[in-house]
Amino acid sequence: MDPVTLARAQFGVTTIYHFFFVPLTLGLSFIVALMETLYVRTGQDVYRRMTKFWGKLFLINFAMGVVTGIVQEFQFGMNWSEYSRYVGDIFGAPLAIEALLAFFLESTFLGIWIFGRDRVNKYVHLASIWIVALAANLSAFWILVANSWMQEPVGYVIRNGRAEMVDFAAVVFNPNIWTQFPHVISSGLTTAAFFVLGISVYHLARPGDAKDLYRRSFQIAVVFGILGTVGVIMTGHSQMQHMVNSQPMKVAAAEALWNTEDPAGLSLFTIGDTKNRQDVFAIRIPGMLSLLAMDQLYGEVQGINNLQAEYEQTYGPGDYVPPVFITYWSFRAMVGAGFVMLAALAYALLLSLGEQLENLPRFGKVFLWLIPLPYLANTAGWLLTEMGRVPWIVFGLMTIASGISINVPAWSIGLTLMGYTLIYGALMVANVYLLAKYARQGDAPPAAVEPEGVPALYLVGD
Amino acid sequence: MDLNSLWFVLIAVLYTGFFILEGFDFGVGILLPILGKDDKTRRMMINTIGPHWDGNEVWLLAAGGATFAAFPEWYATMFSAFYLPLFLLLLALIVRGVAFEFRSKDQNPQWRSLWDWCIFTGSLVPPLLLGVAFANLVRGIPINENMTYTGGFFNLLNPYALVIGLMAVAVCVLHGAIFLEGKTSGELRAASHKAAVRAWPIALLLVITAAIGTYLSTDIVTQLGVNPGMIPLAGLATLALAGYFVRKNKTGWAFLMTSGTILLTLATYFLIMYPNVIVSSTDPAYNLTIYNASSSPYTLQVMTVVALIFVPIVLLYQGWSFWVFRGRITEESHLEY
Repeated sequence: MDPVTLARAQFGVTTIYHFFFVPLTLGLSFIVALMETLYVRTGQDVYRRMTKFWGKLFLINFAMGVVTGIVQEFQFGMNWSEYSRYVGDIFGAPLAIEALLAFFLESTFLGIWIFGRDRVNKYVHLASIWIVALAANLSAFWILVANSWMQEPVGYVIRNGRAEMVDFAAVVFNPNIWTQFPHVISSGLTTAAFFVLGISVYHLARPGDAKDLYRRSFQIAVVFGILGTVGVIMTGHSQMQHMVNSQPMKVAAAEALWNTEDPAGLSLFTIGDTKNRQDVFAIRIPGMLSLLAMDQLYGEVQGINNLQAEYEQTYGPGDYVPPVFITYWSFRAMVGAGFVMLAALAYALLLSLGEQLENLPRFGKVFLWLIPLPYLANTAGWLLTEMGRVPWIVFGLMTIASGISINVPAWSIGLTLMGYTLIYGALMVANVYLLAKYARQGDAPPAAVEPEGVPALYLVGD
Repeated sequence: MDLNSLWFVLIAVLYTGFFILEGFDFGVGILLPILGKDDKTRRMMINTIGPHWDGNEVWLLAAGGATFAAFPEWYATMFSAFYLPLFLLLLALIVRGVAFEFRSKDQNPQWRSLWDWCIFTGSLVPPLLLGVAFANLVRGIPINENMTYTGGFFNLLNPYALVIGLMAVAVCVLHGAIFLEGKTSGELRAASHKAAVRAWPIALLLVITAAIGTYLSTDIVTQLGVNPGMIPLAGLATLALAGYFVRKNKTGWAFLMTSGTILLTLATYFLIMYPNVIVSSTDPAYNLTIYNASSSPYTLQVMTVVALIFVPIVLLYQGWSFWVFRGRITEESHLEY
């Protein structure tokens, strides 16, 4: 295989894997912080046990997110050094700022939170988890600033054979980030909410004496879940509206819209002939795409063939069409999952308002099986975002193929791809084993004797 | 001082901070199978660095990020040239980080032993590889006129680089043993003392060998002169004093001295480099310098403002965290890891 394909595969594998852990960290940090706040405010032991139970799962997941994140920062220089040379003047800044502003905060205060129970008072301990939560989400902001610049380069000039930053504020206030960042944050809340819902119903459905803990956890998760899911749908919608103008090809590919239409129909189901760029079979709702994209029943949405012709004129001959099959279906997987989650939350709300959580209906266990749903949506979302930009590594400025390290032979990339895949696979096994073990074990009383009956919030007992 | 030099200094500070801080937790990790006779002892050892190792590691990430932002050509050339060593470094850091979190979460002795070996390997490999990498940057690697590395993996494994790598490991072990002696009590403390006493001559020997190697393999004479000045000599002196203080049971002073050794060694290194960031063994005209590898003046200005605001804040709260966790870990302490 050629180095470009291998390097892309490596980026895909390592990034999707990394983003398997990140959303749960982003969302669960807030949920755990809220639980500890309730404990500090009310002094009720159920909130202490709750914080401890979810905190343990949070930490297992957090570790995976941190270590896989290091690969991301190194990868640009290792596999994509020509890209790094060309855009480093702009792209390096948010990465450095992320480390300086977010990573230091996150790691230092997590240390205080895990180990500091005997050494700081409860308010400092509580503040630590809030700082961790904010820092984790701040870190997401800066990395999305970097990604947004790849989607929609702003605040730069081409000078000295590279892109140079001329307006830092423009890079930070990139219009792309202000739909993308809330979308990612909402997806984090959604992921965490479904995680908590699923594990809670597992315990609610079986005999045990910690029902109160899981009932309240379920209720907290319902609130976060509704906020997250509604947020993710609304911000997703505004992302699409923005993208129609900033990256029309991505929208066209996500919709398998071959030719420009006015009004444009929304595809419900399309079997396309991607080679000849036409439909084999399609069901479309007339005018619906125009409505979604422009809030009106008419309006032109550009199609793949028209954009291809336009780009050839602007950028020269070449293939400017992203992989339509992947973008089209990942878009549908993401949106479909989003609406299933919304429906599931309506049901969860219904359950939590009555007395039904105490005697969970059989169907209530469905939430255990919905835990993977946000993961599916998150992965599909990133596939759409990144694959929809093909062939560009920076939209309109640099192609993926020209960003690769020219001195790294294909066998090296292949070898490391294999290495990452193996080690990531092994770690996933260990991670899932631990998560399942602790999730199942539930709120078992810790074996370690707590000093003089002081309800200390130790996260891990012996 | 121009902004290019300021950023050179800042990156030097970040790497120095990294080696001083993560240096001791690498050392503790390497000593884990040697001093950790039983599970309880190993847990005590790991808990001495528990609250700190992650924050310490961020210094490396910050250094990498700062290199990318301020000197993209340095970042691009270095990371693609040291491709396989960096891959091994990443694997080491991955298994190490996960191991700290995972080891105590299951009672099974095999499970714990597996992660303990990950901590050991994950602590041994990074200083070795980073030493090799740093040595190659100053010794020179084949770089062509396009700032592109033209060598292979085995160009990097020369004797000088290996000596520097081993030196880094030995200094980390000494630094870590002294740290452990200061943070523990009872038998573990006595064992740490013994380890420090034994590690010291090895570290000293390797530092002297590395110094001789530096005269043979680098531009030190043109950059600093035959008499390299106070900084390198003070580096040697602090190492000698560290041995003295270890024997006198003045652990705090000994730790200060090994920190000084690391600081002054890194200072010497960056003085030999300046204003180069990567030496080309192909032709000195192809050296990457703080001028031809840098970002635009505008980006450097932006990043300077960011750094001047946030670096002091980071130092404050990280310092505070060390203060929070001052004191010794005893057999009675509550152990998280």
